[in-house]
Amino acid sequence: MKNNKIKIKSSNLNVHYGEKQALFDVDLDIYDKEVTALIGPSGCGKSTFIRCINRMNDVIDICKVEGSITIDDEEIIDKNLDVVGLREKIGMVFQKPNPFPKSIYDNISYGPTIHGLAENKTDMDEIVENSLKKAALWNEVKDRLNEAGTGLSGGQQQRLCIARAISVNPQVILMDEPCSALDPIATAKIEELIDELKKSYTIVIVTHSMSQAVRVSQRTGFFHLGKIIEVDTTEKIFKNPGNKMTQDYITGRFG
Amino acid sequence: MNKEQRLKKRHNAEKRFKLYGLTSILLAIFFVIFLLNAIFSKGSGAFLKTTIDVEVNFDADTLELSESPPLEDLENTDYYELAIDSILKVKKVNGLTEEKLLINLFSPDYEYEIRNFLLDNPKALNQTTVLKLTASDDFDQLHKGNYPRELPEERRRINNFQLNLYDELVNEGKVNKIFNSYLFTKGDSRNPELAGIGGALVGSFFTIVITLLLSFPIAIAASVYLEEFAPKNKITDFIEININNLAAVPSIVFGLLGLGILLGTFHLPRSTPLVAGITLALMTLPRIIIPCRASLKAVPPSIREGALAIGASKVQSVTHHVLPLAIPGTLSGTIIGLAQALGETAPLILIGMVAFVVDIPSIPTDPSASLPVQVYLWSEQAERGFVEKTSATIMVLLSFLITLNFIAVYLRQKFERKW
Amino acid sequence: MNIIILLLVTIFSYLSFLYGRSRIRKITSTQSIKINALPNYYGYYLALWCALPALIILLFWSIFEPAIIKYLISQTLIQNDLNYSSEQLNLLYQKIRSLYEGNFSGTLTEEIKIGVKNYENLQTIAQNSKIVLLLSTFIAAISYGIFRISKNNKARHDVEKILTGLLFVCSLVAILTTMGIIFSLLFESLKFFSAINIFDFLFGMNWSPQRAFVSDASAITALEYENLKGAFGSVPLFAGTAFIALIAMLVAVPIGLFSGIYMAEYASSKVRKYSKPIIEILAGIPTVVYGFFAALTVGPFFRELGEKLNLEVSSESALAAGLVMGVMIIPYVSSLSDDVINAVPQSLRDGSYAIGATKSETIKNVVIPAALPGIVGSVLLAVSRAIGETMIVVMAAGLAANLTINPLESTTTITTQIVMLLIGDQEFDSPKTQSAFALGLTLFFATLILNYIALRFVKKYREKYE
Repeated sequence: MKNNKIKIKSSNLNVHYGEKQALFDVDLDIYDKEVTALIGPSGCGKSTFIRCINRMNDVIDICKVEGSITIDDEEIIDKNLDVVGLREKIGMVFQKPNPFPKSIYDNISYGPTIHGLAENKTDMDEIVENSLKKAALWNEVKDRLNEAGTGLSGGQQQRLCIARAISVNPQVILMDEPCSALDPIATAKIEELIDELKKSYTIVIVTHSMSQAVRVSQRTGFFHLGKIIEVDTTEKIFKNPGNKMTQDYITGRFG
Repeated sequence: MNKEQRLKKRHNAEKRFKLYGLTSILLAIFFVIFLLNAIFSKGSGAFLKTTIDVEVNFDADTLELSESPPLEDLENTDYYELAIDSILKVKKVNGLTEEKLLINLFSPDYEYEIRNFLLDNPKALNQTTVLKLTASDDFDQLHKGNYPRELPEERRRINNFQLNLYDELVNEGKVNKIFNSYLFTKGDSRNPELAGIGGALVGSFFTIVITLLLSFPIAIAASVYLEEFAPKNKITDFIEININNLAAVPSIVFGLLGLGILLGTFHLPRSTPLVAGITLALMTLPRIIIPCRASLKAVPPSIREGALAIGASKVQSVTHHVLPLAIPGTLSGTIIGLAQALGETAPLILIGMVAFVVDIPSIPTDPSASLPVQVYLWSEQAERGFVEKTSATIMVLLSFLITLNFIAVYLRQKFERKW
Repeated sequence: MNIIILLLVTIFSYLSFLYGRSRIRKITSTQSIKINALPNYYGYYLALWCALPALIILLFWSIFEPAIIKYLISQTLIQNDLNYSSEQLNLLYQKIRSLYEGNFSGTLTEEIKIGVKNYENLQTIAQNSKIVLLLSTFIAAISYGIFRISKNNKARHDVEKILTGLLFVCSLVAILTTMGIIFSLLFESLKFFSAINIFDFLFGMNWSPQRAFVSDASAITALEYENLKGAFGSVPLFAGTAFIALIAMLVAVPIGLFSGIYMAEYASSKVRKYSKPIIEILAGIPTVVYGFFAALTVGPFFRELGEKLNLEVSSESALAAGLVMGVMIIPYVSSLSDDVINAVPQSLRDGSYAIGATKSETIKNVVIPAALPGIVGSVLLAVSRAIGETMIVVMAAGLAANLTINPLESTTTITTQIVMLLIGDQEFDSPKTQSAFALGLTLFFATLILNYIALRFVKKYREKYE
């Protein structure tokens, strides 16, 4: 690989939901300006893992995270860390598009407003336009920025959510099965977009579709029962996996 | 019993069962109609009052006024003589007893009615005008057909002489029914024809505003805390148990609370909308918190996650997204809670709102009645006229409640969101 | 006065908001440090420092000032005459206050005049010291806030902490209310039980508090007690309450339950759409209206009916009150059981239909047994509502405590007696008044237990099908 800078490094990560342990000693490196795909059967801990990276698990009362995740060598599993600043750096796109029930413009401008990124209206207009352009949505919505974001089609909603994530200028974008609620055409558009975005952002994508992992990612990690089984370049994982379980999974023998 | 018979029997049982259900619903609906009909048929009369035409000659000399007197003089001079003279001219009667009987056709306020007319129309001085003076309660009821005139004379308060007077006046067209403005503008009175719900309306208004101002913000804050921030621990559980229990505590117990703490310990003024408002706010609070929490719960978690994921803090995600989305639901819950508070009587009786208050309160710390308490007070009165007044008060009260409930339903339907 | 202070606090808070915001902007622009909260938060931060301490002081001051002034005045009064009882002191204090407020009536004594002077003095002192205290707190708090702003990089965090704290305090109001109820009921009840034995109260068969003419509850002679004992036996009240509630439930349960069943199982959506709100009107009508209806229409109707049938019917019969109360409760039973029946899974019904049961057989044999805990729960909630209901019984049931099971006679209830004991002016320290609180306490616990059991039933039921 030409790119060797590690952006996110997790080591010995253990996560419990109450009595139940969801992740076991996960060690995983995520490289800068690359797309890393996480695959694995349902309930294997992929989503739990990426929700640790922006500390979204804090929302769940019974969730306990132990171990270490560093971003640019800065520890983030730390009670005293201000998660707000962290989440400004790390955007997230969810499984189901969840635009706010507000106008398209307000959906994008919300993040910059709370983080104080725009001095005035012109700045904000610029941010909104740029974010929508980067999310490849600008041309479709530029004439109806004041209409409700919830009125868009599913694929457009998801790109709106991506634009929303981009609007605060993050370094990393986490995507939790972003295409699972979308039709194939919308999926293709999002995948195209991901390809474009990896030039400026580090992307971690959880996906159920192995073909999608092959299409968009440079690196793939395989999770099973809360453990990371194998991580390598996507090419290697899908052509010549080192582990029998990975082999079985990608050839569809279980999962 | 063969198969067919058995089947037939079963189908009959089925029909019977269904009939029970239908009958129950029809019975319940019948009760609603019967109740409302009983109230409305009795109460609608109170919106009209009976008057008797009296010719009044506002002679400046009789009134001991100058030719163009200042307003104070008009207000302060004695109208009694003029009033009596005018009334006695309505019908020719002989002797003091008969004069008194004639005067008794009128409500004792005739003097003030004449004065008020002149105060409103100072130009009427030295002119003769026909005034519609309010008839006394008995004749008001007689004219509305609610008085048992067929009873033997010794069992009626109206004697035969008065009945004759009345009949003659009716034949001359001098007895009329006009809109009863007193009902809405006057305070309580011992005379039914002069009693109004003005004081009770203002009292209820103050009370409900205080209840709203106290209960709504606290209910929102408490529900937001419990739904969004509260950790799962013993304190939170205890708060929740308390809220659920308080919602089912009988209202009279809140009256005892108001009496014991607000009046007994804090020495707040008795019989006032202030105390009533606080008492009802405490009673309404848990009843509002429950629907408020439900509408907060109805906001899907994905909205919260969306906000958190772009770095909104918990407070920001709640104040910017969750709360605005839940507000219509909380409002409709609050309005329904307030409607209940508006109709509440028992706690107000205990904090002394049953005092006889003639004046219309001007601030929330003036002694006052409220609409439901007025219903209670008048229902205890013996005079026939109060039955009609009570029913009319109920009609006013119900119309407020219906309006409030419609607003609540409208809010819920307009802003209801399917996620 | 307090209103002016509140207004000032609001203005100052707004000013400190503006100041905090502009100050942090200046700091960031001159020192070029990155802050991790919006400037507004520094404004909020300062505004909170300005408003909160002042408001807290104001609140506590308003709560305690009257009590302290009363104490001080009483002390001076006692110095003049050691023989005042606490009641006389109370009375004197009331007179002093009403003279001060300018609505005094009665004879002016020298003592009251002096007292008013004292009262005026104390009021002035209190006002002045309040202002001084508020001002100094304000200055201290604001300077501390400004100091923190320039050092502190976590304004948002702090503001949100305080806000969450405030929300928590608001949710404590529920606990405070419960405590207030228990405290006020228990306090007076204990005084009552110190005069009247609790067993005589709970198990006595005779209720006639109008016989109780004891001025000083704390010093009752043995002879007086023998008299009193017979005056506060509340069994007739419990019996009357239970009896009227029973009549109400006899009306409400069958009608409510069958309506609920019909609504849930048979009614077309159109019938449901119109009939449900109409029935729920019954729940929205204020109870005083039912009381009026019972006293004016139903009561006399039964009496006339009784005259025709040669029965002696009291015009304030338990039957009239119970019947009307039952009508009021119908919607509680019907809508609750409607919900409960709707929650029974369709699969259970399907199973019964599949073996050829008719609809009513399915309802009787499958749906009702499955929904029973929920139905029992809703009936218990309705019972608790019936025993706590006040206005209907005050207006339509009697006042005399008859121990009877004849529905045509008049009987009385706990709530009626509470109202009758406390209506109008009453002296606070007589056993008569206190007995109302003892009754309230009984009522409170009775409904509490009923609700608790009912909620347990409903909860169990919900858990089963969720």
